[in-house]
Amino acid sequence: MTPILVLDTVSVKLPEGADRSHAMSDVTLSVAANEILCVVGESGSGKSMTANAIMRLLPGGVAIDGGRILFEGRDLAGVSEAEMRKVRGAGIAMIFQEPMTALNPLRTIGDQIAEMFEIHTDLSKREIATRVLALLEEVRIPDPALAIKAYPHELSGGQRQRAMIAMALALDPRVLIADEPTTALDVTTQAQILELIRDLQKRKGTAVLFITHDFGVVAEIADRVAVMSQGRVVEQGVASAVLENPQHAYTRQLIAAVPPLKAPPPRPLGTEPILTIDHVSKTYRTGGFLGRGQRVTHAVKDVSLVLPKGGTLGIVGESGSGKSTLARCLVRLIDPESGEIRLNGRDLACLTREEMRAETRHIQMVFQDPFASLNPRRKAGELVAQGLIVHGTARSEALARAKELFALVGLDPAATDRYPHEFSGGQRQRIGLARALALEPDVLVADEPVSALDVSVQAQVLKLLAELRQRLGLSIVFITHDLRVAAQVCDLVAVMKSGEMVEAGPIGEVFGNPQHAYTQALLASIPGRDFGLRRQAEVA
Amino acid sequence: MSLLKLYFRSPSAIIGLLLLLLVLAMAATADWFYPRDPLALAGRPLLWPFTNPRFLLGTDNSGRDIAAQIFHGARISLLIGVVATVISIMIGITIGAFAGYYGGWVDTALMRVTEAFQTLPNFILLLVLVAVFGSTITTVTVAIGIVSWPASARLTRAEFLSLRSREFVQAGRTLGLKDAKLIFGEILPNALPPVIVYASVVMAVAILLESALAFLKLSDPNVASWGNLIGAGRDVLRVQWYVSAIPGVAILITVLAVSLVGQGLNDALNPRLKGR
Amino acid sequence: MRVLALAGRRLAASIPTLFLILIGVFLLLQFAPGDTVDAMMAQMGGGDATTARQLREFYGLDLSLGAQLANYLWRLVRLDLGFSAIYGKPVATVIAERLPATLLLMTAALSLAFFFGLILGVVAARGVNKWQDTLISTLGLVFYAMPTFWFGLMAIIVFAIYLQWLPAGGFEDITVGLTGLARTLDIIRHLVLPTLTLGLFYMAIYLRIMRGSMLEVLNLDFVRTARAKGMDETRVVVRHVLRNALLPMVTLIGLQAGTMLGGSVVVESVFSLPGLGRLAYESVIQRDLNTLLGIVFVSALLVIAVNFIVDLLYARLDPRITAGR
Repeated sequence: MTPILVLDTVSVKLPEGADRSHAMSDVTLSVAANEILCVVGESGSGKSMTANAIMRLLPGGVAIDGGRILFEGRDLAGVSEAEMRKVRGAGIAMIFQEPMTALNPLRTIGDQIAEMFEIHTDLSKREIATRVLALLEEVRIPDPALAIKAYPHELSGGQRQRAMIAMALALDPRVLIADEPTTALDVTTQAQILELIRDLQKRKGTAVLFITHDFGVVAEIADRVAVMSQGRVVEQGVASAVLENPQHAYTRQLIAAVPPLKAPPPRPLGTEPILTIDHVSKTYRTGGFLGRGQRVTHAVKDVSLVLPKGGTLGIVGESGSGKSTLARCLVRLIDPESGEIRLNGRDLACLTREEMRAETRHIQMVFQDPFASLNPRRKAGELVAQGLIVHGTARSEALARAKELFALVGLDPAATDRYPHEFSGGQRQRIGLARALALEPDVLVADEPVSALDVSVQAQVLKLLAELRQRLGLSIVFITHDLRVAAQVCDLVAVMKSGEMVEAGPIGEVFGNPQHAYTQALLASIPGRDFGLRRQAEVA
Repeated sequence: MSLLKLYFRSPSAIIGLLLLLLVLAMAATADWFYPRDPLALAGRPLLWPFTNPRFLLGTDNSGRDIAAQIFHGARISLLIGVVATVISIMIGITIGAFAGYYGGWVDTALMRVTEAFQTLPNFILLLVLVAVFGSTITTVTVAIGIVSWPASARLTRAEFLSLRSREFVQAGRTLGLKDAKLIFGEILPNALPPVIVYASVVMAVAILLESALAFLKLSDPNVASWGNLIGAGRDVLRVQWYVSAIPGVAILITVLAVSLVGQGLNDALNPRLKGR
Repeated sequence: MRVLALAGRRLAASIPTLFLILIGVFLLLQFAPGDTVDAMMAQMGGGDATTARQLREFYGLDLSLGAQLANYLWRLVRLDLGFSAIYGKPVATVIAERLPATLLLMTAALSLAFFFGLILGVVAARGVNKWQDTLISTLGLVFYAMPTFWFGLMAIIVFAIYLQWLPAGGFEDITVGLTGLARTLDIIRHLVLPTLTLGLFYMAIYLRIMRGSMLEVLNLDFVRTARAKGMDETRVVVRHVLRNALLPMVTLIGLQAGTMLGGSVVVESVFSLPGLGRLAYESVIQRDLNTLLGIVFVSALLVIAVNFIVDLLYARLDPRITAGR
């Protein structure tokens, strides 16, 4: 097969003062028709820059400074801007990660798709309208006639991404660049979008350059894989070969860091409960005027769960399932409407604010975002010591304790004097952990603690969490959308959907033999599921 | 990069700082160069600038030295500008912080009051305040502070609204921090930079408001204010236009300096926005 | 329809605000030295205590503060603004006479500011950090830093005294008694300088906001999408950036309607325009508190009306508004 798009030793230089001189160094890649090439790497690997370089849509100060980008034999690095515009959209089209922000919020979907034809063809208005409708039908958007007139905010995330795909494929481009197109989507939606891309690509024979950080997605969709690190391609080859038999040490390390889907053998657990969630509900009322036209959202609906002492209870679900609301109810960041939350026999739900402030030392929380969860204006040591100081420890003693905690979570105790921005994402998450552990809580509520981290860092943090759990006898409520992560850390799991708990039990049983249809769908949607299960067999 | 270094990267910020230093120097040396009362009769009225070495910038229609009034006026303008700004920003931060942090009915009530202040034209309110409480320099300064807080309250509120749901604030709450600590210890330091930048806008407007009031002869007639002088010069505008023109340039330079410094600070605090 | 309902709801919400203002200013004016009767007596050249008492009784000024306030608000509900002792006419009549000049000035200045602010802002943002940006931004800063009344005076010196192109003040030439088109042209000639004086200051603000907002929007993801479609830059700006960048500008009009009305006080004084602003100034000088309170009421109404229009405009520009958030 002759390749349509070839990158031949392409280099892209960064402006001075960046953390490295080149975003891409000597990148050589090629995609042929009817083929999906996955470019995979962690953040900062230069994978997205590759997409931007091909489209010549590089940010200011960043420029191609070597190599050729051959599209149908023509070097795009050298053509004029006007020539390039003819290629964009018509020859090479692109879809992006965040379909909400990638669409103009003030113009209708139909209008934005029609624009593709207006730019590149002389079709009449009526012809364009029929083509747009046909495209929306092709991407299987529900009610295409209505979707044409809809604004982006009126569609769901999955529908928006379908519209983006319709737009990108409007002119039957030879190459489609997909930059993390499913990262912002829920797992079941992701599975549908991946299937759609695969299906359309097969039918139209498009060459697809698919950029992702997720090896599951690679296993699901790729024909060939290129692994990038630090702006270089370290390994490329046929997908199955790279996944089953990686050659480069970096690839091996990356693949090893992907948690296998099958849970390890269960740990022995006591039966004494430490935290009991009893019929907890939380509803939100929005809009409406004097009670008319009000919309009621059941964020959490009558959920009951028990966390045994020393156990880890996973709460999994997609966005909008209420899992985060439930977590925030446990620490009373949100006041539950009804039900009881008993910690060591004491009902937290009915405490006054003042009483709850005292009770916080028994239940602590770790947050998702390693950047937003630390006050940028306080030193790391201070952040960790803050809780102790609030609860009556002398400042100097608390700061000394912070140093010990730094050592506990694997950070340099001398680093307590630094500010959060001087730490990496993984290190910040360790600081967040140290802050929560400072009060020696009985229960730790972890809200997606590793979702914002790269897969190798994620593995390290999960390992630390497992160690600490063992050492300190922690009981953990672990909120996650990632079933692979849940499989690795949780003893028990509860699956939530639209505020309701649909299934709960020991993780091995729930994942091995799911009873509820939703749990089954969720597990079936995990990209590269077979790959995950095969790997488990190897590990065992 | 340090804030200072970032600030000095921009030439307009440097010009702004130099101009501001010039006005400050004028204010500081006013007593030294012109020890006499600047409002006292000094010589023949309506001398053109540069015609008499004793009165470099000439004299106004009452025979007062224009240069002396410019130097002493710098004091008044800066004093009124700074004090009114402090008053206005303090009110704005307090109201904005409480409204943004607590939300609910507290927010609704405080924002109603803010809206009321924004619906009533600020200069008309200023006229009413001066009409009621008189035109001493103190009342004028306080009145300017009172009419110009709503925008900073809105700004602070918006910052608080976005910061209060940020995870580090929630983390503080789960640690058991009290509301006052969360507001002043955690949120406010992060909300402050844009408000401080905005203070330069408030100060520029405060200086302009005072000069307008003085021009209408509603400010304190017993101090050497640039606006007063422009108002006085209006009577002889047809021929001796310089009486009005010179103090106007002084106001222009001062407001320009304050704005440029504010803009420079803004660019230094948000280097991301610069040069793209 | 939903747009109208939404703006209508905002309009209804401004009624309490209006009352808050009126009650606040009414109470504030109680601190003022001297009342309407004092002003009238001064106008009449003095009078005895009995006349004063009778007058106070007549105007209801002998009642308790609460009763006076209730009276005042009740009269306002019936759109009765009271009587101006100084002008010897009902306040409503005095204000109605002065309103056209102010409305004309504000509309003209706002149009000027918005139109040129928009264009200059776009030009500056398109050539960011190039010479046109530097020129426009500097010009904007200078216009912003100039006191409006001083700019007005300097404009009078240049255009009215030296060049004698335009009149130095007034609303129209009453000595000639023009009618029809000639009169309209005469009024336009009189309004050129005041409009420039008031408008250029706001143009400076709008162009700065527009420039910033353009730069902000140019950095958003959907602009990258538009470029990836193969659009040229002009088309990207016209079809995708402009409307998004306009939103903060439109918001600003609503927020600044009050400030602009306040600015017209000064401009009308400089150019001796018989407008609302000048009336406000005169009533402060003459302690005509009834008229002052009437002006507060009418100007608050004006600002609310402008905000209503702005709400409608915003909802037309941004479909997300009607989605209930």
